[in-house]
Amino acid sequence: MSNPFGDSFLDLICLVLLFPLAGTIINGFLGKRLNKSIVGFVGCAAIGLSFVVAVFVLLDLLKLSPEHRVFEKDYFTWIGSGAFKAIAGLQVDPLSVVMILVVTGVGFLIHVYSIGYMHEDESFYRYFTYLNLFTFSMLLLVLANNFLLMFIGWEGVGLCSYLLIGFWFEKKSASAAGMKAFIVNRVGDFGFILAILLIFVTFGTIDFTEVFHAAPEHLQIGSSVAAIITLLLFVGAVGKSAQIPLYTWLPDAMEGPTPVSALIHAATMVTAGVYMVVRCNVLYTMSPFTMTVVAVIGGATALFAASIGLVQNDIKRVLAYSTVSQIGYMFLACGLGGYITGVFHLVTHAFFKALLFLGSGSVIHGLGGEQDMRKMGALKKFMPITYITFFIGTLAIAGIPPFAGFFSKDEILLEAYTKGNLFFWGLGALAALLTAFYMFRLLFMTFHGNSKMTQHVEEHVHESPMSILFPLIVLAVLSIVGGFLGFPTMSVINEFLAPVIGAGHHGSESHHVSSNLMFSMMGISTGIAIVGIVLAYIMYISKPELPGAIAKRFKGIYNIILNKYFVDEIYDATFVKPTLGVSNLLWKVVDVRIIDGFVNAVGRLTILKGEVLKLSQTGLVRNYALSIMLGGIIIIICSILFL
Amino acid sequence: MAVPLTWYLVLSGILFSIGTVGVLINRNALVIFMSIELMLNAVNLAFVTFSRQQNSMDGQIFVFFIMTVAAAEAVVGLAIIIALFRNKATINVDDINIMKW
Repeated sequence: MSNPFGDSFLDLICLVLLFPLAGTIINGFLGKRLNKSIVGFVGCAAIGLSFVVAVFVLLDLLKLSPEHRVFEKDYFTWIGSGAFKAIAGLQVDPLSVVMILVVTGVGFLIHVYSIGYMHEDESFYRYFTYLNLFTFSMLLLVLANNFLLMFIGWEGVGLCSYLLIGFWFEKKSASAAGMKAFIVNRVGDFGFILAILLIFVTFGTIDFTEVFHAAPEHLQIGSSVAAIITLLLFVGAVGKSAQIPLYTWLPDAMEGPTPVSALIHAATMVTAGVYMVVRCNVLYTMSPFTMTVVAVIGGATALFAASIGLVQNDIKRVLAYSTVSQIGYMFLACGLGGYITGVFHLVTHAFFKALLFLGSGSVIHGLGGEQDMRKMGALKKFMPITYITFFIGTLAIAGIPPFAGFFSKDEILLEAYTKGNLFFWGLGALAALLTAFYMFRLLFMTFHGNSKMTQHVEEHVHESPMSILFPLIVLAVLSIVGGFLGFPTMSVINEFLAPVIGAGHHGSESHHVSSNLMFSMMGISTGIAIVGIVLAYIMYISKPELPGAIAKRFKGIYNIILNKYFVDEIYDATFVKPTLGVSNLLWKVVDVRIIDGFVNAVGRLTILKGEVLKLSQTGLVRNYALSIMLGGIIIIICSILFL
Repeated sequence: MAVPLTWYLVLSGILFSIGTVGVLINRNALVIFMSIELMLNAVNLAFVTFSRQQNSMDGQIFVFFIMTVAAAEAVVGLAIIIALFRNKATINVDDINIMKW
């Protein structure tokens, strides 16, 4: 096919990146002088155009035969130093196309939503600048053709995440949350950097294609180098994707504007870790040990975060823990070798979690900033469209067929059962039960029951404007149909992504599961979801006094969970406090006392010398004359004695 | 043979010492000034003496230079003293001690 720009849209892949970058530059430099509608239009148009290009790229890619669906384009040599070479180049393959479609597609909707949501904000242009910059970085992350360029995108999204969490920096908690996110991510990034170095040392290159080609020759399956590389990469993924033990920043990240939570802290950035693991699947497959670690951490996080989600009262925090838990699912799938299943869940999760976040944003917007679910209730009649879309999202995440989450979650559970063991399956199933429960708890507390709004709020509560509802509706549709991408036995996404998964790997793709097992698993996972929903119904609709009674009965456990297992406090005591202590020591003792003290001592000594020597400056001419004479005599004596 | 060289040198030393003591013990700037002149001339005398002894003109040439410098110095010095007197109404050097810490 020909288009006016060249042979194929694949050649124009850089446009996908350049549109958001252009949006950033325009809004960043001129935004202050433009009015809000232009700023919003530029921000959305940048992502919209990017999405259009991405769609054409997909169409062009589909024209190629499956095994040739890799397209690389090098732009320039970025770093060339001896043996080390980093080329700025982009790579298009099914995996990156799926990612750019999600990033630009969901991103576009969230940009549109933001116009309505952020309209009152004074720093409207700053918001869109950051958001466009984020999209640019995220696209760079998924399109990069080598580890270092990916790392640039990786850091870029981290930076934007920091900037957007702390967007309302006048609020102390927001700026603190921003810093927390940045610092916790730094821990993970450290692992990533070490992994890149080790990859270069091992393979002599950092290009994806070359590394993955060389891997089978250079490394033996199960060798320690493979394990160390993949573990270090996974440390990076754990930081970025908020897994145990580095998940604590994500719930705090909810201080940012809600669309940001939807885009960055639910749909795209936090899934970068999953993307990276899938991208490096060749390496991961070579280290069974790491795979186990990934699966265990993923499964544990899925359950752990879900349990915290049970008792949170802040609507966004519930969703945040739910995000942590769902990403845990993705890692569970990846760790068991179901990379494609992981990506599939990533995609469906992007749809329904963005929907849920935007829905919660619509609620918060309608209630004038209220986030506490205990002060909501009965919003169904005030916000019917928000309610319906939110309900769809909740069904999707709970795993009710035929909504999106059902297919991906079911596939993960199937994966866990067939490739893992009952333990992994149990983790996943229990987490699924909790997910269904806390999501319906959220739904019931927010939209059903009696109104617990204050008089003042109730008078002002209103359905959101169209710019907010439109993305909700689109995402709701996607949450309904998204799952069919991976419909069992004729999964489009499996087929499309199969070439990305390295040769020699026998994943779920070539893996045949008897339809009996498949259907019974489907039945079981649906059953689990329904149990969760019924429990939530009993506790929050038919017997609203029950949760309080249970909380009273199991006070100890309830308090532990309510306080998020005291993990923040433990980190505070083990890492933050000692670090602060040492920093204080270095500051107040080493820096102020020793280093500054030394410098000051030099100054003081000079002054002291002056104080003593100035005594000789009597101002009496005869004294000076005397010293001249004495000096002359001494010189004469010396010359007589020594010459 | 007339007066021996030693005598000239002794005279020169005595004059120099008188000048030095004069500089050190006097408070009157003018007298100090005159004492300095005395020291210069004592040195001149020593130069001439050695010039004679060595049969060389170098010493006498030095003396000319010293006299020239002394004349110039007298001009500058007297000007300073007059300026001081106009400001402070005194030429007592102990009262003129503002140039200290």
